[in-house]
Amino acid sequence: MSSLSRILMLIASLMIIGIFLYPIWFIKLDAPQFPEGGLIMYIWVNKITGYEENTLNSINILNHYIGMKKIVPDAIPELKIIPVVLIVIGIFGLAVTVLKRRFLMVAWVALFVMASAVGIYDFYTWLYDYGHNLDPHAPIKVPGMSYQPPLLGVKYLLNFRSASLPYTGSLFAGISILLGMIGIAYDSFLNRNKK
Amino acid sequence: MLNPLTMKNKFFNLLLVLPLLSLLTSCGEYAATKSGPQALSGATDAASKVYVAPGSYDEFYLFTSGGFSGQVGVYGLPSGRLFRVIPTLAVDAEKGYGFSEETKPLLMTSHGFIPWDDAHHPKISQTNGTADGRWLFINGNNTPRIARIDLTNFETVETIEVPLSGGNHSSPFLTQGTEYVIAGTRFSVPIPQSDASTKDFAAKFKGTLSFIKVDPKTGEMKIHFQVLMPGYDYDLSHSGKGPSHGWTFFTSYNTEQQGSLKEIEASQNDKDYVAAINWQKAAELVDAGQGEDMAVTYYHNLMDESTQSAKSEIIKTVKVLDPSKHKGFVYFIPTPKSPHGMDVDPSGEYIVAGGKLSADMAVHSFSKMLKAIESNAVEKEINGIPVLKYDEVLGGVVKQAGLGPLHTEFDDNGYAYTSFFISSEIVKWKVGTWEIVDRVPTYYSIGHLCVPGGDTRKPWGKYVIALNKITKDRYLPTGPELTQSAQLYDITGEKMKLLLDFPTIGEPHYAQAIPASVIMDKSRKVYKLEENKHPHMIKSEDETKVVREGNTVHVYMSTIRSHFAPDNIEGIRVGDVVYFHVTNLEQDWDVPHGFSVLGAQNSELLIMPGVTRTLKWEPRFVGNFPFYCTDFCSALHQEMQGYVRVSPAGANTPVKYWTGSENAL
Repeated sequence: MSSLSRILMLIASLMIIGIFLYPIWFIKLDAPQFPEGGLIMYIWVNKITGYEENTLNSINILNHYIGMKKIVPDAIPELKIIPVVLIVIGIFGLAVTVLKRRFLMVAWVALFVMASAVGIYDFYTWLYDYGHNLDPHAPIKVPGMSYQPPLLGVKYLLNFRSASLPYTGSLFAGISILLGMIGIAYDSFLNRNKK
Repeated sequence: MLNPLTMKNKFFNLLLVLPLLSLLTSCGEYAATKSGPQALSGATDAASKVYVAPGSYDEFYLFTSGGFSGQVGVYGLPSGRLFRVIPTLAVDAEKGYGFSEETKPLLMTSHGFIPWDDAHHPKISQTNGTADGRWLFINGNNTPRIARIDLTNFETVETIEVPLSGGNHSSPFLTQGTEYVIAGTRFSVPIPQSDASTKDFAAKFKGTLSFIKVDPKTGEMKIHFQVLMPGYDYDLSHSGKGPSHGWTFFTSYNTEQQGSLKEIEASQNDKDYVAAINWQKAAELVDAGQGEDMAVTYYHNLMDESTQSAKSEIIKTVKVLDPSKHKGFVYFIPTPKSPHGMDVDPSGEYIVAGGKLSADMAVHSFSKMLKAIESNAVEKEINGIPVLKYDEVLGGVVKQAGLGPLHTEFDDNGYAYTSFFISSEIVKWKVGTWEIVDRVPTYYSIGHLCVPGGDTRKPWGKYVIALNKITKDRYLPTGPELTQSAQLYDITGEKMKLLLDFPTIGEPHYAQAIPASVIMDKSRKVYKLEENKHPHMIKSEDETKVVREGNTVHVYMSTIRSHFAPDNIEGIRVGDVVYFHVTNLEQDWDVPHGFSVLGAQNSELLIMPGVTRTLKWEPRFVGNFPFYCTDFCSALHQEMQGYVRVSPAGANTPVKYWTGSENAL
């Protein structure tokens, strides 16, 4: 490993701290009755919050009319698993910086990319479950209608415009992965020149 | 659009229908008809000045007293739109005010529960002589008291009864830093109260002027002392500001001290008095242990923010200062005949008394008053109170201004605006030169008037609002009783311009206006559930319960869109006293729930998010009695209902309660 790629690895590992400081995703529900910027729900690596203290509660009250399950952050095991996975990846990254082995750097990037992919897929299954697994006794039933918010982008659900997009935390993850990749590419370039 | 002008005169009707309004305008300031009322000229120009587009905000809040409705109206200016009625000194079934167990204590007095009062003068709290928008105080004239409204939640949070008073009219005008709220008796009474005859009025009837301390942090009121005065009618007051801070001035009439046919008997003296009280000096005397403790009984009622329940405290003594025993803090200034309004200009130098039966208006000078006191320019003494020489204190005279001057407010350009009841007009004059610069008619019989901040050191002189007693033909008729009104005039130009007429709740006796920006951002949205310390609150549906204690049953109930929990209750018996303690579990802005139950002899409950309110219910018959949500809360509001099963007296139907078949509790 070159000293440049070691520096990149170090920065990439430290970037993981940033993922804890900001939400990784947000879902925004807009309707005329919510004139102050709609209802915004933030998904963090370890918690789910609202734009205001009561936003999550408001979303749950609205959702009960269509029979959607309550969003209870404490009942979502991923919020306890993801932080541990990220810490492991972070420590692994620091170890790569110390051990200076190129194949470990490749393994690190591969692990991080895979973990991210699994995380996004898992998020999708939660959205699917909330959107489809509805209480059959719900007061509002629209035949054929499901309420799954989009994974990425905008979708109209009854009177709500629902948008779902990555947030700052994901940017840190993306940059971290990108730095790792640049490091690998740079070292490959050096190696090829040596030969 | 129906213009009153058009109602009787078809010719003018045609003129208005055709776009020839400008022609009317050019005919003079007002287009008058013989039979109809006077209509506004340049109406389209005025309309653009008061039009607030849908979804836009007004520039000012206007708080009007509801007069004999006992309430406070909250309007926007310049639109004149009514936003809210705040119940203060009268019950309000719509809001459950004075009906719910939590709010009943606010209307307690030494005479018991008094459900109505005559609320006259709203007054916004001040910091350094400028309206700060924290609280609104208002007086109850009939059963003497003062209420304090918290302007973060627009609710009455405190009331205090004023002892040794026969009608609290010259109130609650504040000192410039809200150190004191003022009270004064309009009707002198025997002190202490006795069954003395009014034939002995001069000998036995006395007045009191009260100084009620305000806690600068909480706003809580506490009577500091009362000043014992000759038995006149103390009509209105204002406190000094700037250089005159430390003094409060009261107008008085009936210095003749008559007990009957006052319209004649109290209108004999050519001059009555302005009572000038040096309250700083009086407070020093009291703090030094002077004055007499008199045995009285009065109520002080305070809403506890954490429990959202009011509590009453009965107080048994009050400190009274007698100016015949303690010198140097009360003076009388002679002022022309039967003065009403008592106003101090923004500089604090000029004290304007509206001598309502006088042709000229006398303006007294504060600095001259101090000199007169210093040089002992005294014409006589009344009960030990020096009467200063009129000429020595006179600052100027506004000559032949109109008929029946009442009240004066000020703008920030050195002009004063005085209301004239008899000639039904507002007169604008220059402070210092006393020249009259403009006059406009009002429709009709103006009492008070209001310039935003116009009685403080910092007026926002954009508008003057006329508060009218009579409307006659100004609006569509509604039988013998007609609305009272407010009128908005633009005062930014040299000439005052009428912009808008709008009807008001009750009688808009006096009003205060303040820029919306001072208040709107502090407005409360919800009460936090976790801060609710009500003894009968529940934090979630899991805590709902029904508890029987003898013949009393406590129902711990919750509301959330769109159901009550529990919504079915059994085991209630005829003869029980049922208390529904309803907690609104919502934490969203603008989601109150209502609660009403068939046969309730009080009112509904209207419960703000996070609040617990209690309704007392005494079922008289066997049966199933529905209860339901009254405030349209959600798409399934109609379904938000339930039943109380009432069994015969002595039946042993067990207490049971549930919500939904799957969740039997």
